[in-house]
Formats: sequence, C-alpha cells, structure tokens
Amino acid sequence: MTDIISTPRAAPYQSDDFAARLRKRYAAERRFKMYGIAAIAIALGMLAVLLASIVSQGYTAFAQHDLSLEIYFDPAEIDPQGTRDEATLSGANYAALARQSLQAAFPEVESRTERRRLNAIVSNGAGFELRQMVMDNPDLIGTRQTVRLALASDYDQLLKGNIDRDVPEANRKVSDQQIQWIDKLVSNGNIVNGWNWRLFMNGDSRDPELAGLKAGIVGSLLTLAVTLGLAIPIGISAAVYLEEFAPKNKLTDLIEVNINNLAAVPSIVFGLLGLAVFLNAFNMPRSAPVVGGIVLALMTLPTIIIASRAALKAVPPSIREAALGVGASPLQVVTHHVLPLAMPGIMTGIIIGMAHALGETAPLLMIGMIAFIVDTPGGFGDAATVLPVQIFMWADSPERGFVERTSAAIMVLLAFLIAMNAIAVVLRKRFERRW
Amino acid sequence: MTAHTQTMAGIAVRPQAGTLTGTVPKMDARGVKVYYGAKQALKGIDLEIPERQVTALIGPSGCGKSTFLRCLNRMNDTIDIARIEGLITLDGQDIYDREIDPVQLRARVGMVFQKPNPFPKSIYDNISYGPRIHGLASRREEMDEIVTKSLQRAGLWNEVKDRLKEPGTGLSGGQQQRLCIARAIAVSPEVILMDEPCSALDPIATAHIEELIDELRENYTIVIVTHNMQQAARVSQRTAFFHLGEMVEVGDTEEIFTTPRDERTQGYITGRYG
Repeated sequence: MTDIISTPRAAPYQSDDFAARLRKRYAAERRFKMYGIAAIAIALGMLAVLLASIVSQGYTAFAQHDLSLEIYFDPAEIDPQGTRDEATLSGANYAALARQSLQAAFPEVESRTERRRLNAIVSNGAGFELRQMVMDNPDLIGTRQTVRLALASDYDQLLKGNIDRDVPEANRKVSDQQIQWIDKLVSNGNIVNGWNWRLFMNGDSRDPELAGLKAGIVGSLLTLAVTLGLAIPIGISAAVYLEEFAPKNKLTDLIEVNINNLAAVPSIVFGLLGLAVFLNAFNMPRSAPVVGGIVLALMTLPTIIIASRAALKAVPPSIREAALGVGASPLQVVTHHVLPLAMPGIMTGIIIGMAHALGETAPLLMIGMIAFIVDTPGGFGDAATVLPVQIFMWADSPERGFVERTSAAIMVLLAFLIAMNAIAVVLRKRFERRW
Repeated sequence: MTAHTQTMAGIAVRPQAGTLTGTVPKMDARGVKVYYGAKQALKGIDLEIPERQVTALIGPSGCGKSTFLRCLNRMNDTIDIARIEGLITLDGQDIYDREIDPVQLRARVGMVFQKPNPFPKSIYDNISYGPRIHGLASRREEMDEIVTKSLQRAGLWNEVKDRLKEPGTGLSGGQQQRLCIARAIAVSPEVILMDEPCSALDPIATAHIEELIDELRENYTIVIVTHNMQQAARVSQRTAFFHLGEMVEVGDTEEIFTTPRDERTQGYITGRYG
C-alpha cells in the first residue's frame, strides 16, 4: 500500500536534502541512546560506590575478637554459703572473676591505676556473660573453664587495625601499655577472632562490642507484620471498590485526588498523626510495634491503592465482559478473574510499599520507637525499635566500634530488603504462571 | 420517525408473511431507546426475535446494533452512563423488571463477543467456569460431561480433547472463538447473542463458525450482529437493518436481500454506503 502511494513521490526522497535529514534523525537517535547508557552508567556507578563504602566499612563487624580466658568460678566469690540460691547467684560479682583471671595473666601489674587500665580490656559485658553461664549451669561453680568473653571495643578496633598504633599516645584511646598487654595476650593465644554472634543475638547496648541487632530485627518484623496485615487487605479492598464498584462521581473523584495527595505526604507527618491520635487520643503504648505498624500502614496504603488500581485498570475489559456474559456476579468477576489477573501488579505495589515501610525512620521517631531498647520485644505491645532506627542511633554514636556496626547494620537491613523482595518476586512469578 | 412507524407496520403484518407463524417470539423489544449520557444511541427499536432461528442485525458502523444486542442481556448495565427506556421481554417477561436478576438473565441469554476472549485459564476451566458458578454440576463426572458436550457442540472437541489442561489463550483465533461459544452454551442458555463473532477471524475459521451457528440453531435462539452481509445472508433466517439508531427494516433474510422495501436498506446491501 505505502509503495503504491510513495512511488510517484519517490523523487523528493532521493534528494541530498532528504539524505541529510535522515542522517540527522539517526544521529539524534544515537545521541539519545548514549544519554540513556550514560544515565544508567552513572546510576550504577553511584550504587557501586555506595555499596562499596558500606561493605568496606562494615564487613569487619561480622567478626569480633574475644578474650579466651581461663576462669576459676570461685565459690567464695559467687556463692559463699553454697545455697545455690538464684538471687545469690544473680547478685554475685562476676566481673571480679574475669578481672582476677586477667590479673593472674599479668602478675607484674600491681598499682591500682595500672590494674584499672588492665581491667578496661575486658568488656563491661563480661560479667553478664559469666553470670548467664552460671545461671544456666550452676555446676560450673568451683570449676576452672576456658571461657570466651567480650573484648572491649577499643582493643577489638586496635586488632582490626582501625586504631592507628603510630598516632601519638596522647591522641589515642589505647595507651602504649595497653597495646603491650594486648600483644602479649595475642601471642599467648588468649585472643581469638571469630563470627560475631553478639551482632545478631544481643539487643542494643552502650558498649559497641555488646551491641546487637536482635531487638531491631524482631521489632522490624513485628512492625512489618502489623503494617502488611493492615495495609494489604485494606489497600486491595479500597482499590477494588474504587476501581470496580464505586460510582464515578464528584465524591469518588475527590477521594482519588486525596489518595494521590496522601502518597506525597512526608512520612514524618504520619508520625505526628500517630502521636496525636494513637498515643494521645487512644492511649496506645509508646514505642510499640503495633503503633509503628499502624502508622506505617497508613503511610504505605496510598502506594498500595494506587498500584493496585493501576493493575486492576490494566486487566482487559474483555475478561470482565466474558465473565459477566456467562452469568458471573460483579463480585465473582472481580474475585475469580480480575483480581487474580491484577495480582502481579498488586504485588509490585506491595513490594514497593513494604520496602518503603521497612526502611522508614522518621514517623517512628515521633511515636517513640527511637528509645534505647535492650530487650528483644516479645509482642506487639512491647517497647521496640526497628532496624533503620537502630542504624540511626548507632550512626549517632561516636565510638569507633559503632562506625563499623552501623555499616554492618545497613548491610543486614539491605539483606532483609533483598530477601523480602526476592520472596515477593517469586510469589509474583508464581501468580503469573498460574494463568 | 416515519420510517419507524412503517417498520411497526411491517412487524404487524409479519406473522402471516414470515416464519413466526403466530407463536410468541422468544424475545421481544418494544420502543427500546438507549442514551449514552446526552447522546441517544437507539431511537426506539421494535423487534421480535423468533425462537430457534438466527436473527441477523446488520447496518453501518455506529448504527446501534451492538448497543441493541447488549440490551438483550443487560450488558449495558455495566456502563454507568447508559440509560435504557422501553420494554424487552424474554418469554413474555420484562427483563428490566426489578424482579429479574441480571446475573440470572445472563445465564439464560449468553453472549459471544467480537474478539475471542477466553479466560487465561485451561480449556477445561474456561468451559466449566459458568456451570460451576451456577451449580449446574454437583459431581466431577457431570462437569466432565458438560465440558465434553459443550466442546462437541462447538465443534472443538476433536481438536482439543487431548489438551484440556492447556491454556485456552494458546489456541488459534478461530479455535478461541469456538471455545467462547462452547463456554456460552455450557450454561445451557436459551438465547445466544453474538457480537460480530467472526470479525477477527480468517475466512476458514469464519466458515467454521458459520457452520456451527447453523447447527446451534436447532437448540438455541441466536441473535448475531455482523458487518458482513454475505454472512448475514448465509446464516440467518431473519435480518434486521439498523441505520443511525433506528431499525429501518426487518424481515425474512431472503426478502431483505432480494426485495428490500426501504431505500436505505437497498443502498446498504448493494454496497452504496456502509
């Protein structure tokens, strides 16, 4: 057809003018492609820089140096009366045991100040770790055991090379004498390097060597459970109603505009709303995953509704007609045909919303999830913190040990995001394949 | 409006002249007007649809024949701005009556659409969906039988019997359309509405569907909208010519194609416009 039409007009298309225009068009196309490639290269480069800086700073936090000391569980110190009474056991001075053991290794240290400096090598948490061991197994009392105890963070950092030995002593957190002690402990095999289980098994702590993410991880999971439990059913129901059943009038137009506006509201505003409504008006518990979850659900709802509506809109009307044509009721049309077909798109919205919620900090600050939480939350009403807030708090801490832990926590958060996205993508693929 | 009255007169004499032989028509439309918002799409249609015959609706694009067809099973209900006036009966009962449930009506008046629109499910599920939601089969064997029978009636059984579990969307266009017909007859409707069922198909697939329509006529009342006048002539017993929202003329297909009474009908079927 086009041939027939263009034949009589062939002449202008062979002119030099036309050839030049054609070259220009192709050049524009090549240029456009190059812009695109450049944009992607810049984006990938920035991502690589970001990841490289986080990983290079954070990977060391996954290993930690421990003191491996022989501890005499002295009955005179722990349980002088031999009652094995729990209150006695838990009240004993376990830190003294660790100190005794360390001083036994350095008999030459005698003055009080020097002893204090030596004792600083053991973490403040060593006493708690020993107590936990004895509480779990009181038979340890009276025996000698080689035990791994936390090394104070500064010495861990020294051994990791993060504290420079060449810096003048006055500008260094670790004295020359302490470096000598540490080196001796290393040569005696009293220092072992291993997987940093404290990072995952402990809650937060003032001491970097003891600080862990468990409270944050559990808090995040609890919060996210509330968020998804609320946002998914409400979001999908709202989208289905607005898209499939609601009459098109001024009111629904207004609702639609406002949902779109809500998606652009800064997240901290949702936090203020949570503070004013859930905490002040409803007296819900502070710092609790249930409140955090509700606030994040409010924040992710617009995203899920908008994505779900787009996905529902993309289902061809012919499918609706086909189902109506065989006598399906409007609800059956939606639940049997439209919703399953829209599911992959809805899942995309949920993934985006979930990633958003998992990484959100600002609204949670307003409802008190910034609190220093050591204990792992046991339920939706317990005080909790979440991973991003934990990262925020660690990033705020000046100790060198928290620097690497901050990066490590970011890596853990990213790993969670990637894992959750992977699950969602797999689910999505599954839904797609069923049809 | 004069044409309108003439048509009314035409219908009035039809019983003696045509094939209705005095029986009550399966479906009957009286003064059907449809508005899309302020725009009037149908300007008062009177049409009788005789039982177990094929009624073809022909006319140029935008003349309202599809709109009329969609009124017959209340498919226009799904369009918010559509407003319908007039009376349409099925077996003498007003289908727009409050007591008539559109869902139930659509089970009795099935529909086949212009573009084949199988569900993105297996062939088996495509057919069994309607019977399942209407509870037509209580046991698996009954359902199997409905599926088999429907596919056989739609002339698709031999082609798909070995791959009932495969998706219906994987079939060719003509097979998909026959699948849609099978799906429509699976719920045992009394009337089947077909909205240009062959417009997206090649001539061989079209011939298949036309044969099928001819066979289905034994059991079902069929209303077909078509742009193809040869098709209307081949498959239908009665033909109604629509023009600009009016029904200009209705009669036996042979009569309409050989001795049309209205000038516009003549112009259209001889290809002067359309």
